[in-house]
Formats: sequence, C-alpha cells, structure tokens
Amino acid sequence: MNKYLERLYNGLVKENPTLVLMLGMCPTLAVSTRASNGIGMGLSTLAVLVLSNLVISLLRKVIPDQVRLPAYIVIVASLVTVTELLIEAYLPSVYEALGIYIPLIVVNCIILGRAEAYANKNKPLLSVFDGIGMGLGFTVALTLAGAVREILGSGTFFGLRVLPETVEPIGIFIQPPGAFLVIAFFVIILNAIGIKTRQRELVESECDGCCAACASKCEKKKEVVEV
Amino acid sequence: MNHNLLLILISGALINNVVLSQFLGICSFLGVSKQMKASASLGGAVIFVMTIASAVASLLYTHVLAPMGLDFMKTIVFILVIAALVQIVEMFLKKSAPAVYQALGIFLPLITTNCAVLGVALTNVQNGYNFVESVLAGFGTALGFTLAIVLLAGIRSRIHEDDLPAPLRGAPIVLIAAALMSIAFMGFSGLSF
Repeated sequence: MNKYLERLYNGLVKENPTLVLMLGMCPTLAVSTRASNGIGMGLSTLAVLVLSNLVISLLRKVIPDQVRLPAYIVIVASLVTVTELLIEAYLPSVYEALGIYIPLIVVNCIILGRAEAYANKNKPLLSVFDGIGMGLGFTVALTLAGAVREILGSGTFFGLRVLPETVEPIGIFIQPPGAFLVIAFFVIILNAIGIKTRQRELVESECDGCCAACASKCEKKKEVVEV
Repeated sequence: MNHNLLLILISGALINNVVLSQFLGICSFLGVSKQMKASASLGGAVIFVMTIASAVASLLYTHVLAPMGLDFMKTIVFILVIAALVQIVEMFLKKSAPAVYQALGIFLPLITTNCAVLGVALTNVQNGYNFVESVLAGFGTALGFTLAIVLLAGIRSRIHEDDLPAPLRGAPIVLIAAALMSIAFMGFSGLSF
C-alpha cells in the first residue's frame, strides 16, 4: 500500500487514537453529547494536529532534544490559540457549544503523543498525512459517540428528530454517565469483533499511553515486544 | 460571602466533580487508578500543584495579562506556568522535603499534561473569580479529583479480571465502573442551592 494511504488507514482504523490507543479521552467524553459537537471538536483537533505535526517535523533537526517537550508545548499552544480565535470569530455557535474544551486541545494527549512518537522522526509530508489520519480517526470516533448519545438521549440526529415523539428518550445518555457507558460499549464491541487493542499492551508495559513523556517509552517497549 | 466560598469549595469537589462530570484529567484517572497507594499519592500531588497553579494563574491574569490586554495569550501563558511550576515544585520538594518527594516524585511530571490543572485555571478566569475564590476552586477541584481516583482504585482492586468475559477486560470494565460512580455523583447535584 502507498505509504501515505497507509498513514491514513493507520490513524482511522489500526491505531484509532480514541478507540484503540485510548488517547484524548477528556474531550471525547465531554463533548460527545451531540453528533455535531463531535464533528466540530474533531475537525478543530485535526487542524491543530496537522499543523503541529508539520511544524514539529520541519523543526525536528533544529529543536534540541533536552528541551523538546517545552518547545512542542509552545508550538501547540500557539496553534490552539489561533484556532480558538478563528472559531470564535467565524463559528460562534461551535465556540459556544465546545467552550473550555477548545483551549484544552493543548493538553490533548493525541497531539503531543503524535509529535513525540511520529512527527519528530519523520518527513514533513508523511507527518501531515499521519496528522490527517489520526485527526480523522478522532473525528469519526467522536461523531459516532455523539450520534449514539444524541439518538438515545434526546431522540435526534444532527438536530433532526429521528425517534417518534412517543418514544421517551433515555436522558442518562446525554448526562455524564452516558459518556462513560457509550465509550465502554464501543471498546467492548471492538474487542469482541477482534480488532486487537493496544490498550492491554500499554497497560502491561506499565505506561498508560497518556502523556507524551511515556508515548516514546511505549513505542520503544512496543518495538521490543514486536522483535 | 463565606457562604459563597463554601459553595465554591463544595461545588468543585462534589457537585461539579472534575473527573466524573466535567471529564478533565480522565487519562490519569483511568491510568493511575490501579493501586490505591499510587492513586492516593497522585491525588496528593494534584492537590498541591492545582492549588498553587490556580493561585499563580489568577495573580498573573489579574495583574499582568488583563491590564496589558493580552487576554488571548492566557492558554499559552497558563500552560507554561503550569509546566514551570511543576518543575519548581519537584526541585523544591527534592531539596527540602525528601520524604514527600519520595511519595509524590514520579507523579509530578505527569501533572503537566493533566488537563484538569489547565482546565481549572481557565474556568476560574471565565467565571471571573478573585484570588481567594480561585485558590479555593483549585483546592476543591483537586479534592474532588483525589476522591474520585481513590474511590475508583478501591473499586478496581475488587474487580477480578479472570471472572469477566474477555471483551470486557481492561479498559471497558474500568469505564463501566466510572459510569456507575458518575451516576452516584449525580446525586450531589441536589446540593446546589
């Protein structure tokens, strides 16, 4: 397979950041009350991820290894601020719905994780495709979770009514517990149909795939396991 | 006034529990809750850092960023402040309180990427809290985080993985436990007066 397409497939399916790597759980759980929120959050993260992967990949030979994490954080935080201002100006309804979770893209583990695990050792164009793949994987997972919660919890899909009025929506699904439940069932389904999750490997290697600092450690351990 | 401060504290710790109803700090909530001892240490470190970070962020915002019209820089400034603060706290503890450092040491770097710390700093600004209110909100939120993670660790220590159907092992069962905890915490919303 073409190596660029392989990156997209990797992000969407094989290493889906939300459902397989279990990264970026905070925004996934928080904004998935509606399918449209999922798209808004997913695409904002995608934009930041693609740009941060590009910039970090371009600067990979310039940034000294010892200060790379602070440098990445500054790059990502600047990109997030730009994105936030753009959304506030042009898409006020999205800004209203996502609220504090837009600035919190800075600490989304997916972004620092990809910078550390991929962008700092690969060419710019490949890193951009990696960002697109991962961003799309995140968007798809978020939108799916949003759709399930919206249909069950308020009987609508993208704001349009799909369940008849007589069917009482199950309110708990748009409440916080519903988020945990829906994601839990997604992972159960994926496990059951045999898409092997890396989560167990991560847990076994005593690193929870969360922060950038251990993302690289995971990669190393994973390589050892694969060898 | 006192009534209001108490409300901020209780609301941060119980009603709007940072993990179970706001979904901040989920990564460490799910990741470090395997052992009771480790989760209690992480909770201690979070209380420490979040209280100080809320105080510093509040001071910086009201005295530097807001007067200079640099409001839009708050995300960048706060994340750098938190990262630097974690480093300073780590160095300070290493020198002056080695026992505490032993207990919290490895968890301190993790806190930089804990979105709850940045989340609280940003929410404080959004709510227009003054210095005292910000510190209390930070402390209350951190207490809520500690409560949730210690409770989850307690539940996880009683889950026997071998008894579960294979697809439920690992992450799913932890998420389901968290869902049940979250339902329980919804009961506290009756406290908002």
